[in-house]
Amino acid sequence: MTERNDTVEVPGPGAEPEPITAVPLRRPGRWIAAAIILILVGLFVYGAATNPAYRWDTYGKYLFDSRITAGALVTLELTVLAMAIAVGLGTVLAVMRLSPNPVLRTTAWVYLWIFRGTPVFVQLVFWGLVPSLYKQIDLGVPFGPQFFHLDVQHLQAAFLFAVIGLGLNEAAYMAEIVRAGINSVGEGQREASVALGMSWTQTMRRTVLPQAMRVIIPPTGNELIGMLKTTSLVTAIPLSTDLFGRARDIYGVNFQPIPLLLVCATWYLAITSVLMVGQYYLERYYSRGATRQLTAKQLEELATAQAAVKAK
Amino acid sequence: MSESAVTTPPMVLADRVCKNFGALKVLKGVSLEVPRGKVLTLVGPSGSGKSTFLRCINHLEQVNAGRLYVDGDLVGYREKNGKLYEMHPRDAAVQRRDIGMVFQHFNLFPHRTALENIIEAPTQVRGLRRADAIARAEELLERVGLAAKRNAYPAQLSGGQQQRVAIARALAMDPKLMLFDEPTSALDPELVGEVLTVMRELADSGMTMIVVTHEMGFAREVADELVFMDGGVVVESGPPRELLANPQHERTKAFLSRLL
Repeated sequence: MTERNDTVEVPGPGAEPEPITAVPLRRPGRWIAAAIILILVGLFVYGAATNPAYRWDTYGKYLFDSRITAGALVTLELTVLAMAIAVGLGTVLAVMRLSPNPVLRTTAWVYLWIFRGTPVFVQLVFWGLVPSLYKQIDLGVPFGPQFFHLDVQHLQAAFLFAVIGLGLNEAAYMAEIVRAGINSVGEGQREASVALGMSWTQTMRRTVLPQAMRVIIPPTGNELIGMLKTTSLVTAIPLSTDLFGRARDIYGVNFQPIPLLLVCATWYLAITSVLMVGQYYLERYYSRGATRQLTAKQLEELATAQAAVKAK
Repeated sequence: MSESAVTTPPMVLADRVCKNFGALKVLKGVSLEVPRGKVLTLVGPSGSGKSTFLRCINHLEQVNAGRLYVDGDLVGYREKNGKLYEMHPRDAAVQRRDIGMVFQHFNLFPHRTALENIIEAPTQVRGLRRADAIARAEELLERVGLAAKRNAYPAQLSGGQQQRVAIARALAMDPKLMLFDEPTSALDPELVGEVLTVMRELADSGMTMIVVTHEMGFAREVADELVFMDGGVVVESGPPRELLANPQHERTKAFLSRLL
């Protein structure tokens, strides 16, 4: 190697250039579009506010009526409980469908075939009729001793049947969502886990499902919001303590459906909004490692490391 | 078993191993032996069955005929009174714990950081305490030259860095045998060297290794034996320098001339 001049020109710390301050690009199209939409919305709001048929006084009177808020609470309870059943059972069904065991696979397939193949309204009517199909439930050895007895007909169980009915139906849909999520995880991931000596259960729980969550959560958020609104079908049980049932009861008496439907819609929209916020944070949690972008924590670490180097 | 324990069996012993996928015969009787502490490289054209053979060794594929032993134990089956019994997945998992595998496409867990990738199996499979596993993982990261990347996710690492983490992950289980399935084939040429360096150091430390590779330089300098496979059989094998300088079979000559 020949001798080389290693003193390459390196700008000193004093020569650091100033940060750029440029005039931002003008975007007149956006302003025009915003103005048009604002005008249209303003006209609609003015029309709705001045139209006496909307009965805003009635809307205001019932928006926080104790029956309505209690109904909203029942609707929320129905949604959360039914969805909990659906997610749990749906995951089990999805894993069963992907299992090498033909008995489990077929069982899961038949479950899906029935619960996805019949309308949820019909299923709910059926659940309402369970007490006339099975008058009592006895647990014990057939023709032998009895451990448990339940008189179904005297059970005030409309709420319970509503939760079960909604949950079992939804589980069929959740099973397909979870299955799609599991299939989205590359085969190499399973192979790497197995090669490390992990069992099938460990592979599922530690490697496959956490990665599948990224695919599972957005459609599950959809299903959750769908469930919130499907709870209005529990009238088929019949159960009328939910939000829509309460509103219906009230306008059945005062003959003012429009303001009460608006009350109803306001509450559904409010609950949905809260659920959407929850979904955002869940999605963020499960997107760990999905992008090359550094997390806030990593950037902080790098910045402190850089500062430490400079200080030396 | 007691007899072989006295003579210490080779780490891997393959006796006419056959594997078919349906009607397609991929391995047609592969016989070879890997003594402890030795490095064997498997070369051959794609489709020659070298990857399949490697996958048979840790039972990712089930052998259809012949016998395959790792450390004196039959892979994937239990032999009792001259009869073979299919192995329970639980027992197969126990066998795999002691065999490390490195894949062509790394297969790191994307939702875990480099460190989390390495401690996963020791904590979950071996039941190691988290703190101990972390200490060991830091040691391994240091060894593959990636101590600074402990909290990086795989997507934030280059291919060569990912493969080095994958090697550290396999080593964290303290394997007695390491399998490498084309570990540098998915890498940019300038990243191949860093992975080969790690592998060379591993070989120098006395690890028994089977390496499927196209890197003839690595085979020549590091391997104790070079095996050329084609069409599901071992065509020829021998010390790498001799075999590369003076191949006996036409198929070996044709393959090597295409590489150079």
